[in-house]
Amino acid sequence: MTPELGHLALILALCVSLVQGVLPVFGAQYGRREWIVLARPAAQVSFLLMLGSFAALAWSFYVNDFSVQYVAEHSNSQLPTLYRFGAVWGGHEGSLLLWVFMLSSWTVAVSYFSRTLDETMVARVIGVLGLVTAGLLLFILFTSNPFNRLLPAAENGRDLNPLLQDPGLVFHPPMLYMGYVGFAVAFAFAIAALLSGRLDAAWARWSRPWTTAAWIFLTLGIALGSWWAYYELGWGGWWFWDPVENASFMPWLLGTALLHSLAVTEKRGSFKSWTVLLAIGAFSLSLLGTFLVRSGVLTSVHAFATDPRRGIFILILLVLVVGSSLVLFAWRAPKVALGGSFALISRESMMLTGNVLLVVACASVLLGTLYPLIIDALKLGKISVGPPYFNAVFVPVMTPVLFLLAAVPLARWKNTDIREIALRMWIPGALALLAGALIPYAMGGWTVLTGLGVALSVWIASSGVIQVARRLKSGMPPASFWGMHLGHLGIAVFVFGVTMVGGYQEEQDVRMEPGDTVVVGGHQFKMLGVKDVPGPNYSAARGAFEVTKVGAGTGSVRMLEPEKRNYFSSTMPMTEAAIDAGFTRDVYVSLGEPLEGKAWAVRVYFKPFVDWIWGGCLLMALGGLFAVCDKRYRLRVKSAATVAPATATTLNGVTP
Amino acid sequence: MKRWKKRAAIIGGGLVAVGIAAALVLNALNSNIALYVTPSEVFAGKAPKNQSFRIGGLVKEGSLRRDNLTVHFVITDMVQDIPVAYTGILPDLFKEGKGAVVQVKPGSGEYVATEVLAKHDENYMPPEAKDALDKAQKSKGENKS
Repeated sequence: MTPELGHLALILALCVSLVQGVLPVFGAQYGRREWIVLARPAAQVSFLLMLGSFAALAWSFYVNDFSVQYVAEHSNSQLPTLYRFGAVWGGHEGSLLLWVFMLSSWTVAVSYFSRTLDETMVARVIGVLGLVTAGLLLFILFTSNPFNRLLPAAENGRDLNPLLQDPGLVFHPPMLYMGYVGFAVAFAFAIAALLSGRLDAAWARWSRPWTTAAWIFLTLGIALGSWWAYYELGWGGWWFWDPVENASFMPWLLGTALLHSLAVTEKRGSFKSWTVLLAIGAFSLSLLGTFLVRSGVLTSVHAFATDPRRGIFILILLVLVVGSSLVLFAWRAPKVALGGSFALISRESMMLTGNVLLVVACASVLLGTLYPLIIDALKLGKISVGPPYFNAVFVPVMTPVLFLLAAVPLARWKNTDIREIALRMWIPGALALLAGALIPYAMGGWTVLTGLGVALSVWIASSGVIQVARRLKSGMPPASFWGMHLGHLGIAVFVFGVTMVGGYQEEQDVRMEPGDTVVVGGHQFKMLGVKDVPGPNYSAARGAFEVTKVGAGTGSVRMLEPEKRNYFSSTMPMTEAAIDAGFTRDVYVSLGEPLEGKAWAVRVYFKPFVDWIWGGCLLMALGGLFAVCDKRYRLRVKSAATVAPATATTLNGVTP
Repeated sequence: MKRWKKRAAIIGGGLVAVGIAAALVLNALNSNIALYVTPSEVFAGKAPKNQSFRIGGLVKEGSLRRDNLTVHFVITDMVQDIPVAYTGILPDLFKEGKGAVVQVKPGSGEYVATEVLAKHDENYMPPEAKDALDKAQKSKGENKS
């Protein structure tokens, strides 16, 4: 019964979001007030229905209702409760349901936090979001219904993929989707602005906190995913340029460009068309990414053949979203007034350069990701594009971005004197050169890449510190100032971590017997033994390793216990790596396979500064949080609230 | 005049940037593409001679042999067998009788794998492995008739 209620709620949500998508938009266009006011209640009702639907699926998982096909495929009666909850979005259908649920959560947030915004604008924004919701709900209901029954019911479920039985899975997809879907709000604001023809500073100011919020979630989601791959998958890396990873990284790159472009549009009124295009692009890539990953198109072009409806639906939806927004753009953009002009060397031109480079970086990732698909579709053979391609393209494109990033906050709007910037940047420049020359030597060898990486990160960090110190002399700066510098510091920390790991990590696959020792990265690893340990739904072989820093006393001894698990419900073993994390390094042991006697194949890693990679991402996200919390956005609310009580009351009167 | 110059500079700069990026991209793409070939194609000498490539197929039952950290096995499409050696730890899902994709250096005889891929769940067959099996089946049928 519960699954049917969930299904019904989903169908009702579709009807409501169609109303939400059509009437308010037309109402705004033709000045029909009674249609405009429908926007907010429709969004809220649609949210409640989807919440109910989501809860119904979660309940089916909780009570182990294996008559629901999706539950039977992704859960098992032995699965711990936490993972049963995580399993709700462990497969294609459930994760799409999570996607629309997040979308409707964002819509409801817009409906509550837009009290001061012009009513017709709100109606258009919520309307566009409603149309997107409706498109996705149609997709779910026609091709990926999670509530399909299995008759007769399965006795037990197939269990959740052991890879996904990890706390990381419980948080990673919702974070990532919050980010993906959040760009829908920026997209809706852009489309609403195009519809109204009012692409002005107010539009940019309203769009900014929403875009930043989405960007924060996406940053955290990607970082969590990377961290999860690092400690759970046991591959020992933090980024693999896997198509699935690229799918989340592309919207991030465009989203980052959008954040900065919106800043220029708000402050100077320039880049309007560019900003709109970025907003459309970021959301389209989010959509493309979700579907490519979730439909299995990326890992296998043949997924089109297994369920052609899914693939075709995806294409239609993508073409509709991208096509209609670009047509709208082409139609409306010529009417957009040009913003303030600027000189060849100015803050605007520097921001534009950074923006273009981010888009180029994104395009190169897109090319590398889709190239194998295109070649295969053209029947030219099957190929794969390896990580070296991405590194070879990405590093040179991003280097000038990182170089500019430190200096842009010093540049003046409209027109700036390059000598003035140079005068202020000589200290960071000298520090960067010094650090770039010396630190790699201290770490064990200078290469162009490590020198460049260290120099860039010191360049960004030191110029940030100097700028903050100078600014503090003239009183407390606003939150957004702190946000910008925290975000940029995050980039510096991230670049430093990436450089160190890339340049100085050590990895060894060795055969070890109890009593054997191996030295990797200045740490001695001694294998004590491997014993069998039972788990709730698996049995494990657990190794014991003693790690000591070479040259340090016995006080530095650490125990590491990696596991090799065999889950009862599957024949597939799982490697659980053991990691001793530290501020300047991680040491990492994972069990390969048992060899003859008591010997095991063991993988041992030394990863200098690897945690700085995720630390940097956290700092970026924190920077975003500061920017969102800037008083500027809240002050507007207060002052506007005192002006508009009359409209508010009339609206309340009309609301059913 | 000044405005014209500025625009020209912006457009010129943009073109130069796009050009450099395109050159980088094409160069990188060219040297980092790995072609997928089936065991039958390798046997027929159709594998690239001076570039790494990938072979997809099944790990032949009973072919897995360990020599300390080096593993020897055979990748097959049920028509032709290609021997492969790999030194290091295999992914969890690597198993006899299951699909796998290996990236190997060009050569002959026993190929040396630089990467062994079997990342997906147990019921999943890498599309390249499946493709190799299908092709081999098809040509086998054609030869008989």
